[in-house]
Amino acid sequence: MTKSVDIGVHHVTRVEGHGNIRVRARDGVVEQVEWQVPEAPRFFEAMVRGQSWEDIQTIVSRICGICSVTHSMAAIKAVEDAMGVEVSEQTDRLRMLLHYGEQIESHVLHVGYLVAPDLLGQKSVVPLVASHPEQVKTIIRAHRLGNHIMEVLGGRMTHPVTIKPGGFSKLPTEETLRDLKQRLEAVVPDLQVIAELVASLADRLPKFQRETEYVALTHPDHYTFYHGRIASTDTKETVDVHEFESVVNEYVHPQSTAKWTRWHRESYAVGALARFNINAGQLLPLAAKTARLFGLQRGACNPFLNNVAQVVETVQVVEHSIQLIDELLTRGIRPETPRATPRAGEGVGCVEAPRGILFHRYAFDENGRCTRANICIPTGQNHANIQKDFEAFVPQFLEHGQDQLRLWMEMLVRAYDPCISCSTHYLQVEFV
Amino acid sequence: MSKPKVAIFDFACCEGCQLQVVNLEEEILDLLSVVQPVEWREAMSEKSDTFDVAIIEGSITRREDEERVRAIRERAKVLVALGACATVGGINKLKNRFAMEEVRRCVYDAAADMPHLDTYPTKAVGEVVKVDYQVHGCPISKKEFGYILRCLVTGKEPFVPTYPVCVECKMQENVCRYEFNEVCLGPVTRAGCGAKCPSAGFWCFGCRGLAEDPNVQAAREVMAEYGKTPEDLQGRLQLFNGGKEQAS
Repeated sequence: MTKSVDIGVHHVTRVEGHGNIRVRARDGVVEQVEWQVPEAPRFFEAMVRGQSWEDIQTIVSRICGICSVTHSMAAIKAVEDAMGVEVSEQTDRLRMLLHYGEQIESHVLHVGYLVAPDLLGQKSVVPLVASHPEQVKTIIRAHRLGNHIMEVLGGRMTHPVTIKPGGFSKLPTEETLRDLKQRLEAVVPDLQVIAELVASLADRLPKFQRETEYVALTHPDHYTFYHGRIASTDTKETVDVHEFESVVNEYVHPQSTAKWTRWHRESYAVGALARFNINAGQLLPLAAKTARLFGLQRGACNPFLNNVAQVVETVQVVEHSIQLIDELLTRGIRPETPRATPRAGEGVGCVEAPRGILFHRYAFDENGRCTRANICIPTGQNHANIQKDFEAFVPQFLEHGQDQLRLWMEMLVRAYDPCISCSTHYLQVEFV
Repeated sequence: MSKPKVAIFDFACCEGCQLQVVNLEEEILDLLSVVQPVEWREAMSEKSDTFDVAIIEGSITRREDEERVRAIRERAKVLVALGACATVGGINKLKNRFAMEEVRRCVYDAAADMPHLDTYPTKAVGEVVKVDYQVHGCPISKKEFGYILRCLVTGKEPFVPTYPVCVECKMQENVCRYEFNEVCLGPVTRAGCGAKCPSAGFWCFGCRGLAEDPNVQAAREVMAEYGKTPEDLQGRLQLFNGGKEQAS
């Protein structure tokens, strides 16, 4: 049995953005284990300075293509917070619905296109088209639904334009909502197929456990992605989103040049599994049933199960979307014009991206020009936790040898669904 | 004829344009009948030493990236710039309004002097290497991407409008955004998007770059008619056309 490995994965594939893995072990002694991020920094917090409050969302949506709705929502909420703007219940529900479109699109893309090839022993989804045609078609249908929701409510599939401070620039018709409801109901059996496919392959995920702290939004009324306070599995206290800096505690690690975050212990995790571990008691019936299919329970601490939690959440947001549409249709869509006036102030917006909790803070002068910004993204918050997982994983699975270890470590990175382009705070470095 | 080998590479960007390629869904299968994807890090683990067509997403913001894109250009018969970051520099050029030293300090504070944080003023791909085809927009239109790729394979010159977004916006029968007291870049922005944003009740912010043939005089008249100044237009033009001398 080999006890020496030398792994250098340059630019891990099937993740959003650029990351490297470096592992070296000799005769069973681990000498180096590192998760590195060489993504080109883009300096968004510097770029938004001097820009109008009306253009902030347009700019920061471009932090990430896959979570553009989430970044837009966080920015709009922060601007509204700074300008003292309240929105109607109708706007609130429509935003949740639009945000769910992105959760569906992103989760299905990740599980179906990026992770499934690992579970089926392929290098990409392309060979699966021939080997698993029906399943691939099902995945495509579910993925397209997420995109469709974003297009009809957001005005575009990626980088939405309809959400403005105070409301929507264009409201959907009731007919559009009825059509969406039909499509959502039709996708439920498809999600069942995807869940069963993943469940049949779930035993191929490494049996690895490491206790850590999980952090997500929580809200008394529902399994939340958009409202609420910051919660942790390490404490019963919740924190107001305005104090997010006291949660993320960004710091520079002496052995690394990447900014990491920590709260109650040396690292924490955000994302689908974190939300599940905090809010699972609020899952709707079908989602709860899906969790039982996998035997997924609160307290799960195998990071690979984040993929499973994403499947559960996809069912959850489809179920909740149908409810939201019913509520909207019962009241009827009322015409509204978004109104907001610039003023000097500071605001915070916090929402859950598919890959975890996201924070935006902006300060504005009296003309509504941005003077300062701070953006803290989910993948940045997972960085330290990925490193700690690596440190625990390598000695435990070293005996499986170079190739298997390398594959599992790539899968471990993918399990976090990292979105490295959101790398506002990432320092880029090449250790190898 | 053998299918051309296509590789997709990304630089500084949000990868949202690659996402539009994924969003082609079943249509990707049609495209696979005319091209062979050999390398695409975001979606595939397969890699290739050779390719005919290189598709470049993102802007060039570091010396090392400039070297990388030059090396790709040398290996490719045809090079396609994908999306606003690649075609005009896009949002990334907002950085160019500041001194690079100051930008680094603003984001990274005490760590700003670390050598690997080196960054230089954002360049569009065409400012570094020769670009053969451009797919405009932020994000790109997946339909236009498929069209341009087919043109490329068949050696046809793709039609990309030189007229401004206003032309398409009128065809959609939208009420002009200036009627809502907004500053819209429709009069000076390259059409081809179908005026998606004004049709969704939002002003055009110029993501397809400046029209080759903008009606500047008409734009001035529109500004004057609605009590706006060319400065109002310039402010919003910064968003995607910070390097506008290169944009046309």
